[in-house]
Amino acid sequence: MKPAPFEYHVPTSIEETLILLHNSGSEAKLLAGGQSLVPAMNFRVVQPSVLIDLNRVKELDYLREDGECVRIGAMARERRLELEPLISKRYPLLEEAMPHVAHPQIRNRGTLGGSLANADPAAELPVIMLALGARMKVRSADAERWVEASDFFLGMFTTAVGPEEMLAEIELPSQPSQTGWSFLEVAPRAGDYALMGVAALVTLDENQKCKQARLVYLNAGDGPLVAKEAAQLLKGETFNDELINSAAALASGQEINPFGNIHASPEFQRHLANVLTKRALKTAFKRAGEESIQ
Amino acid sequence: MTQMLPVRITVNEKVYQREVEPRVLLSDFLRHELGLTGTHVGCEHGVCGACTILFDGESARSCLMFAVQADGHEITTVEGLAKDKDHLHPLQQAFWEAHGLQCGYCTPGILMTLIPFLKQNPNPTEEEIRHALSGNLCRCTGYQHIVDAVKLAAEKMK
Repeated sequence: MKPAPFEYHVPTSIEETLILLHNSGSEAKLLAGGQSLVPAMNFRVVQPSVLIDLNRVKELDYLREDGECVRIGAMARERRLELEPLISKRYPLLEEAMPHVAHPQIRNRGTLGGSLANADPAAELPVIMLALGARMKVRSADAERWVEASDFFLGMFTTAVGPEEMLAEIELPSQPSQTGWSFLEVAPRAGDYALMGVAALVTLDENQKCKQARLVYLNAGDGPLVAKEAAQLLKGETFNDELINSAAALASGQEINPFGNIHASPEFQRHLANVLTKRALKTAFKRAGEESIQ
Repeated sequence: MTQMLPVRITVNEKVYQREVEPRVLLSDFLRHELGLTGTHVGCEHGVCGACTILFDGESARSCLMFAVQADGHEITTVEGLAKDKDHLHPLQQAFWEAHGLQCGYCTPGILMTLIPFLKQNPNPTEEEIRHALSGNLCRCTGYQHIVDAVKLAAEKMK
């Protein structure tokens, strides 16, 4: 298993990268951490004729607070997100999901931007970005635009990033106070692709009623899947078992659309979604009541 | 014409200069170009962990990188662990003593995974050890003796 030949470019700036992309167009692939692209190239499922390596574009590797939000460069390594105190302080949901993103060896190389641009429906990071309401900065040689996470993932391995564009930055907005979180998944072995996973965020008002909730699933359709109706059901309610059961039943029974794979039938995936949703909501409600994201 | 690129890579503290085709994987470069066959190649798609090396001190899959990407960087392979042939690294010695291997194919990758792990976590619990090893497949041992070896290594390396 060896990759097919390609022309290799290793730019050192965003500007140089965008010119290279413009000149090679759809022939080119951007190489970020390579933890999904290189296996696909080894299998020759993907055979780009031009490979543009982003690993020496230092200006794409950052993570910093900027007023209310946090800005993360597309080439920030997953391992950095996992260990960064700013993330654990402001986005504990992301922190909780990180150990599930493959293995330490993979996270040492893998990048946030790479995972999002790859848009694997089984990946954790697209789900977390949707739950947190991230925005993506997409650049081309002559333009720059911002895309909401909800408009970014268009389907299986498909995003809003065009052939001459690149994902440059991820902006995470501040989270409301009294917000509880939970990320849970079931995988055959730690670090494997999960059979099902859910990210839950619950924000309470001063009367402990749910002001707003988000439920996003992985491996539950052709991209990260938001269960809007189940979240709507929680709004204005206080925590009780019946409420949680109804939301879980609605999300797992009607809103998600799992395809099944060799490890799990769609019915089993729905069962997992039901159980995980109940557990995740219970934890998120509890945390929203006792802790708050700073 | 095939594109050939010059690289200067430090492997086990020794500097190597070569010309490589960009599609050459780092794992193949180490084995075929440098003759360092201690780095094993199992699945070639990042699942088995046999090809794990240290890239600037952090564990990484050498089958998921191109050799050109290692230009100017420091690589450590399993050959870089022992001081000489009579003095194994304490981690290797612990694997020897606790029977942490059978066929040995996965062992180099496991050792290279554990070097940074034990540095960051010198007193790991069994659960942490098992989690650290989750990216390395062993088809012989059932992992029990590997876990024992890691515990012994942690003791030795204190």
